[in-house]
Amino acid sequence: MVVTWVRLLLRIQDLPKDKYVLPGHTACPGCPEALGLRYLGMALGKDIVLVVPASCSSILQGTMPGSSLAMRVVNVPFASAAAVASGIANIKDLVGGNVVPVVWAGDGATADIGFAGLSGSAERNDDLIYVCVDNEAYMNTGIQRSSLTPYGAWTTTTIKGKSEDKKELPLIMLLHKIPYVATASIAFPIDFISKLRKALNIRGFKYIHLHAPCPTGWRFDPSKTVEVARLAVEVGAWILFEAERGKVRLTPPSNTYLDKSRRKPLKEYLSIQGRFRSLRDEDVKMFEKIIDSAWELITKFT
Amino acid sequence: MVVKVLTGNYAVAEAVRLSNVDLITAYPITPQTTIVERLSEYVDLGVIKSRFIRVESEFSALAVAYGAALCNARVFTATSSHGLLYMHEMLWWVAGSRIPIVMAVVTRSIGPPWNIWDEHSDFMDHRDCGWLMAFAEDNQEVLDTTIQLFRITEDERVYLPGMLGLDGFLLSHTSEPVDVPEEHIVKSFLKPRSQPYSMCGVELLTLGNLPKAEDHMMMKYDIQVSMENAKKVIKEVDLEYSKLTGRGYGGLIECYRCSDSKYLVVGMGGWVGTMKDVCDDLRDLGYKVGVLKVRFFRPFPEEDIIEVLRGVKGVLVFDRSVSYGSLGHIHTEILARSYRLGSRPVIKGIIAGLAGVDVGVREFMNSIVGFVNEVEERGYVGNYSEWLLPG
Amino acid sequence: MSKTHILPISRPSIGVGGKTGYWRVKKPEVNHSKCIRCSMCWLYCPDSVIDVIEGSDKYVVINYNYCKGCGICSEVCPTKAIVMVDE
Repeated sequence: MVVTWVRLLLRIQDLPKDKYVLPGHTACPGCPEALGLRYLGMALGKDIVLVVPASCSSILQGTMPGSSLAMRVVNVPFASAAAVASGIANIKDLVGGNVVPVVWAGDGATADIGFAGLSGSAERNDDLIYVCVDNEAYMNTGIQRSSLTPYGAWTTTTIKGKSEDKKELPLIMLLHKIPYVATASIAFPIDFISKLRKALNIRGFKYIHLHAPCPTGWRFDPSKTVEVARLAVEVGAWILFEAERGKVRLTPPSNTYLDKSRRKPLKEYLSIQGRFRSLRDEDVKMFEKIIDSAWELITKFT
Repeated sequence: MVVKVLTGNYAVAEAVRLSNVDLITAYPITPQTTIVERLSEYVDLGVIKSRFIRVESEFSALAVAYGAALCNARVFTATSSHGLLYMHEMLWWVAGSRIPIVMAVVTRSIGPPWNIWDEHSDFMDHRDCGWLMAFAEDNQEVLDTTIQLFRITEDERVYLPGMLGLDGFLLSHTSEPVDVPEEHIVKSFLKPRSQPYSMCGVELLTLGNLPKAEDHMMMKYDIQVSMENAKKVIKEVDLEYSKLTGRGYGGLIECYRCSDSKYLVVGMGGWVGTMKDVCDDLRDLGYKVGVLKVRFFRPFPEEDIIEVLRGVKGVLVFDRSVSYGSLGHIHTEILARSYRLGSRPVIKGIIAGLAGVDVGVREFMNSIVGFVNEVEERGYVGNYSEWLLPG
Repeated sequence: MSKTHILPISRPSIGVGGKTGYWRVKKPEVNHSKCIRCSMCWLYCPDSVIDVIEGSDKYVVINYNYCKGCGICSEVCPTKAIVMVDE
């Protein structure tokens, strides 16, 4: 534990102190998207041109004539983020100066309404970084389910708990044969930043799926955002990996959780979140089964 | 000047070739496909130095074009009917962003049932969103107006996107001789790309976050003002173009044999050519008829049309589209604007040629003669909006 | 950039949501005698209201004009040097 700390310590001091997310923004207290955007800024800096479809991050920017993001930001229609970024990516070498197109899209914009655009841009291997910031529901419109809402979760449109499983989006992107796919979590900022910087140095379509636990939608105290994100990884519900040219490698600490006996009990992750309050024992068993199959599946790609 | 035999679609492709476009993107849809194919060929053969992005839908086509245009690139896309409807949301976003883009719309009916033939409904369906809208009568005009649109949309008094309509199959797939201007002439005519801001510049700008209601309404008013200003710009550009090439189109409208007309026939698109032929025949028979061609539908040329309407006895408007539950679109506009006239002519609208139904010399002749006779006899018409049904 | 048109364009600005410090119910207080200067609080603050000053006695500086009192800093602090206090 102390050894990990020291490593972290060294690297935290290296992170830029410039503020890419400015104080006084309009996100909820404890917002994981705000955290994610800070790490994005630290990783890639002022060269970013951020393409943001309708999402919490659209609102976070606040009201005109001000914006809480100190970077170039293009707000776009819900389904169009990948395509707009594709346009920027395909013209950027004509523009003077550095342009790093980055899509910052929620699970709704990525897995549902913008799925076709995502797939199209990935198939064209457009030179851009696509970050799916996954808070597992349509949060901005008031917590409705998306195809990335996990099994059993309460949302306003699944009041008895969602009966479908979470869509395996990172693996779907893997099968698009793009040069880089990774998962990340806001609990592990150094890991996320490293993955972003690695993506920057690869040419082609890079996809990073960022787990972003939302206190408002998942029903937990805002002070627990980082803890919930960390627990997700520690119980094995969120698997950290990266794949260069299709070859999957589990990244720390998920590599240690391949061994099921080293995972924390699932109940710890579920009980802290109000959205899983009505889960019965058989639902928890189903949830465990889903986690086990996810591990089984990912190891097929390693 | 080289004369080539070109279909309407190939005329669009030639115009794009001459206009120094940085990025082309499109999704195939009948009857637009040959534009896309020709441009893709040009890019692959190195005839045009442009990127060609093969997108997975029309919605993405305009989104990709928009992304590139945000970074100060001159872009082009084309579509029809269902494709245009699919990108409807993006059309609003592009206009609201004040980013100049030029798009060709090869008009086609909207289903169900599936119908690939000509009608203007797809074009008309986008008349509210802030795009300039021009429509061509023949393939020469297709080429010339596409080039002019690059200049007009990028004028700082306008800064709005623009679409050029051309009739599906009737123009798009019909060959006509077209004068293709030399590259250096078009090059000097088109200034370097200009737009109100770039998202890839040094300044850290945020585009499109939440406004105050008051500010947003002012932005909308600005679009309206720019539309009004566009009228002047369109005329200036057409005049300048005519000096370079010897071809002008009268700006917003063209008035054929209008100066001494007592009756006017109004239309937009390819069938205006037929109307002009019928007009000549009717003149020979002693009817004082003229043709008012609507070249730009947005901004709507109110002032020009009012001037032409003064002193005229009757106006017969042909619409190749209809707003269900209401009237033809051009008819509606002219009725509304005629409010400005103290004494108004009889203004009748005929909805014809929908779903690709052919409207030829005989149909025009019958309609116009019938209209003129009725007005001469009674001083008004019994039915001021009619459908010219087939059979 | 065009000065003649009214555009949907904004620029970076602190406090777009007003003084979000008013949102607080609890306030983070730093006990510097316990602070080990690990910078976890700076790393995990969603609102960029925590600054860490190298070489200063008061390493952690919180901008209370904009701190929403979410409590993450207090949770991630390994020595409990930050405590949430009712306001």
